[in-house]
Amino acid sequence: MRRSGALLLFPLAVLLSGCDLVVLAPAGDVAVQQRDLLVVSTLLMLLIIVPVMALTVLFAWRYRQSSTTATYTPDWDHSTKLELVIWAAPLLVIICLGALTWLGTHLLDPYRRIDRIEPGQPVTQNHKPLKVEVVALDWKWLFIYPDYGIASVNELAAPVNQPIDFRITSSTVMNSFYIPALAGQIYAMPAMETKLHAVINRPGTYTGFSANYSGAGFSGMRFAFHGLSDQGFADWVTQTKSAQATLNRDSYLALERPSENEPVRHYASVDPDLYGAILNLCVERGKMCMNEMMSIDAKGGLGLAGVRNTLPLQYDKLARRGAVFGNDPSYVASICTAEEAAAASRAARDADAKYWPVRDLSPLRGAGLLSPGAGSRRADAETPSLGLLRFEL
Amino acid sequence: MPETLTKFIFGRLTLDSLPLHEPIVVGTFIVVALGGVAVLGAITYFKLWGYLWREWFTSVDHKKIGIMYMALGLVMLLRGFSDAIMMRLQQAIAFNGSEGYLNAHHYDQIFTAHGVIMIFFVAMPFVTGLMNFVVPLQIGARDVSFPFLNNFSFWMTVGGAILVMASLFVGEFARTGWLAYPPLSGINYSPDVGVDYYIWALQVAGVGTTLSGINLICTIIKMRAPGMTMMRMPIFTWTSLCTNVLIVASFPVLTAVLTLLALDRYVGTNFFTNDFGGNPMMYVNLIWIWGHPEVYILILPLFGVFSEVTSTFSGKRLFGYTSMVYATVVITILSYLVWLHHFFTMGSGASVNSFFGITTMIISIPTGAKIFNWLFTMYRGRIRFELPMMWTVAFMLTFTVGGMTGVLLAVPPADFVLHNSLFLIAHFHNVIIGGVLFGLFAGIAYWWPKAFGFKLDPFWGKVSFWCWVLGFWFAFMPLYILGLMGVTRRMRVFDDPSLQIWFVIAAFGAVLIACGIAAFLVQIFVSIRKRAELVDVTGDPWDGRTLEWSTSSPPPAYNFAFTPVIRDNDAWWDMKKAGYRRPLSGFKPIHMPSNTGTGVILAVFSVALGFGLIWYMWWLAALSFVCLIATAIGHTFNYHRDFDVPAAEVAQTEEARTTLLAAQS
Repeated sequence: MRRSGALLLFPLAVLLSGCDLVVLAPAGDVAVQQRDLLVVSTLLMLLIIVPVMALTVLFAWRYRQSSTTATYTPDWDHSTKLELVIWAAPLLVIICLGALTWLGTHLLDPYRRIDRIEPGQPVTQNHKPLKVEVVALDWKWLFIYPDYGIASVNELAAPVNQPIDFRITSSTVMNSFYIPALAGQIYAMPAMETKLHAVINRPGTYTGFSANYSGAGFSGMRFAFHGLSDQGFADWVTQTKSAQATLNRDSYLALERPSENEPVRHYASVDPDLYGAILNLCVERGKMCMNEMMSIDAKGGLGLAGVRNTLPLQYDKLARRGAVFGNDPSYVASICTAEEAAAASRAARDADAKYWPVRDLSPLRGAGLLSPGAGSRRADAETPSLGLLRFEL
Repeated sequence: MPETLTKFIFGRLTLDSLPLHEPIVVGTFIVVALGGVAVLGAITYFKLWGYLWREWFTSVDHKKIGIMYMALGLVMLLRGFSDAIMMRLQQAIAFNGSEGYLNAHHYDQIFTAHGVIMIFFVAMPFVTGLMNFVVPLQIGARDVSFPFLNNFSFWMTVGGAILVMASLFVGEFARTGWLAYPPLSGINYSPDVGVDYYIWALQVAGVGTTLSGINLICTIIKMRAPGMTMMRMPIFTWTSLCTNVLIVASFPVLTAVLTLLALDRYVGTNFFTNDFGGNPMMYVNLIWIWGHPEVYILILPLFGVFSEVTSTFSGKRLFGYTSMVYATVVITILSYLVWLHHFFTMGSGASVNSFFGITTMIISIPTGAKIFNWLFTMYRGRIRFELPMMWTVAFMLTFTVGGMTGVLLAVPPADFVLHNSLFLIAHFHNVIIGGVLFGLFAGIAYWWPKAFGFKLDPFWGKVSFWCWVLGFWFAFMPLYILGLMGVTRRMRVFDDPSLQIWFVIAAFGAVLIACGIAAFLVQIFVSIRKRAELVDVTGDPWDGRTLEWSTSSPPPAYNFAFTPVIRDNDAWWDMKKAGYRRPLSGFKPIHMPSNTGTGVILAVFSVALGFGLIWYMWWLAALSFVCLIATAIGHTFNYHRDFDVPAAEVAQTEEARTTLLAAQS
């Protein structure tokens, strides 16, 4: 019996050895920590699941009708002790898992800057994060490197062991930006920005893709993510800078049109205000940016004048715009010039960057929650605290 | 001028809307049309139209409506499963540069239709049908509170199903995924009729679901037999009550969110658009505020079924009845506090994500308690492994795995790496097939003799059981592994050849499941052929414990000649132990509701209204809306709503049963 079981498992083992379980063996520290949490949670739950499954089989066999030796108590239907165990055992597991979840969720919040490159190697002032602005297009990915003034389509590169700060948006519909080897995913949504902070530890070429269905070309929305050495990355930047194409508002509008299975493209230079305009849905000149609209609305809005401040829409991404009984397809006309709008979004982003405090990089000291009224025991008490001690999984 | 006229009459509908250039659809259409013509021809040939109309379509008898719901679920299961097997085939062959056999236009409709049909038109009708059939019998009632409303609800569900089926041959279905997230489902990115089919099919069916929820809540609250306090209700009735509370509290949210989406698409509002201040994230929140309770709407009644089955076939009182009831109520309440776990990756903060992650985990505590209660019901029992019990044991082994992966997905950082992956697909099929479907098969095998007076054939039932159980493991374990390999859902083609073997195994599992479905159909057919052999005269073939087993199989239209009086929560078990004897005289006239065709007519107008709105045939929409309202008002003047079954007829029916029982013994 045992041998036949092993024989059955053998092909499974062969199959599994041939496949790349990237989620369980990632190459970036964030994904590694997520994997660890996944494994620990599974083991915790198996504490309940395994006994339950074993008991099911045991009871089903032991108390089968044909068994004459088994006890039969038709009216036994209550036992306070058992009830306590029944409710308490899952409760205990969930308390452990809940604590782990609270800590893990905060530590691995994609919006939080990473504070270690890998276990035992904290991020220091010398690690200058690589900024990447990601735009999900129909149906390809655009990556803008604001610090280098370059961009690429369907190809992403980053130096190993250096923090990467992603700012992510989408041009039309929802997508999800996911490189399993690097870190968990986060949605890419139009007119909104999501953030992801990660680091890649092992050089190599990994797969990235959209993990949220976005229309006909969705299957082809894949890109290669290259983890490169510092020199390799510098070469990649040089190579990209030597490309012919440049990316400005006009070439972006051409790129933005729906297309499938796009090849890799490089852009030697990028309009520095392009990403802000994409994010605020105002790449077309004359269209009011979302941040401008929100700022007007925050001050009380344009009133009735705003209703008339629309112009007919000329550019169509797809077959048809506008509802059958609605107004003709239109957009809200800008009040600022495109340059003024761009300056405003630049200012907003600078303010956002300054908001991030310098992180406490000192080693774990075992200081728990502050006792009430104890005042600040830590040098950086004004740092937004997790409310719990610093914790490494 | 003629062009304007054509446009006025047909709206957006043109000859090009018919998929004549799609060989697969034309082939399907021919098969469906031939099958349909054969069925209709047979009905006409055997002169069954009058019988069907009088005895079934217009019936307000909860038992017949329940059976019709089950038939609808079964028919739609065949459609939903065809979609599934087409997807499995596509994903098994679309490797090494092959595009497979389905283009994106097709494939994207298929996975959308699969999800919509399986949830709304398979699982929901099955669950509603089971509740409809069993609940009044279990509480000793003669029908539901609002019998006409029940018939109307059923036909509205059928109406929704008809619209979905129509989209296969006239126009197309949505290409958005089963929840139709905007902006993709907005008019800008989905200008075709697909999303409109989706909206109106769900709106029409949603009316039925909401009304049947109200109906069953009233029935359970108001129509229990004397002596049946809330804490003496059978556990299936309890889970039904909680389910219907969930339906009534959550379906209006779905109706509202689909209305907002429809307004965006029809009149140019900007609730969920990208610009003009719209916010698609609001849609995602709202639809999951309905969507999460929905999964408990599906599973709770089946938890009830498993409780009844375990107790009956272990020959033992249910262990921990009280804690079972509280567990159900706790799940009902908590199911409203977890919706955000469907989109941890949408960028909510860590505190919000942890909150919803932890509430989700907390649900596993009452669920775990339920599993333990079933375990300890089996403990020191005398377990008879008839079909329903086999499904229950398979459920306990399968569902625990699905529950575990579910809790795993509730840990936000783990969800970040598994969200939208095939791991997620494997998880929810693990709970929906392993929980809902296994429960339905247990329930069908359990209550079939009550509905028809003979048992289901055990041999074909076992064939179906093993095909389903093995098929499930073969079809979905590879998906767990693929999810860990970082493969996401809704992919049409793949470029990594090492994945293919897993998709081939999954496709093999789907074929096994197909055999399981076929064996189930054969089982029904064989059982009908062998009904004389499988007959059950007693009305209590399983040595049951609850009231439905106290009456004949099938029960008379009035269910119980005398309303029973309840002293214990296993009412029938208690009656049997106390030496209950059927009353043989003293029958009184029984007040019963009359049949009416109004439900059918209202549903026909609703379908026409939906069809008109989908295709922009405004005259049709306006006309059918007016007719709909007029018929509804007209029905309020129908005073022939009830009648009395004369005492003599009751006596005659009961006398016939007495004779039969005597002949048996």
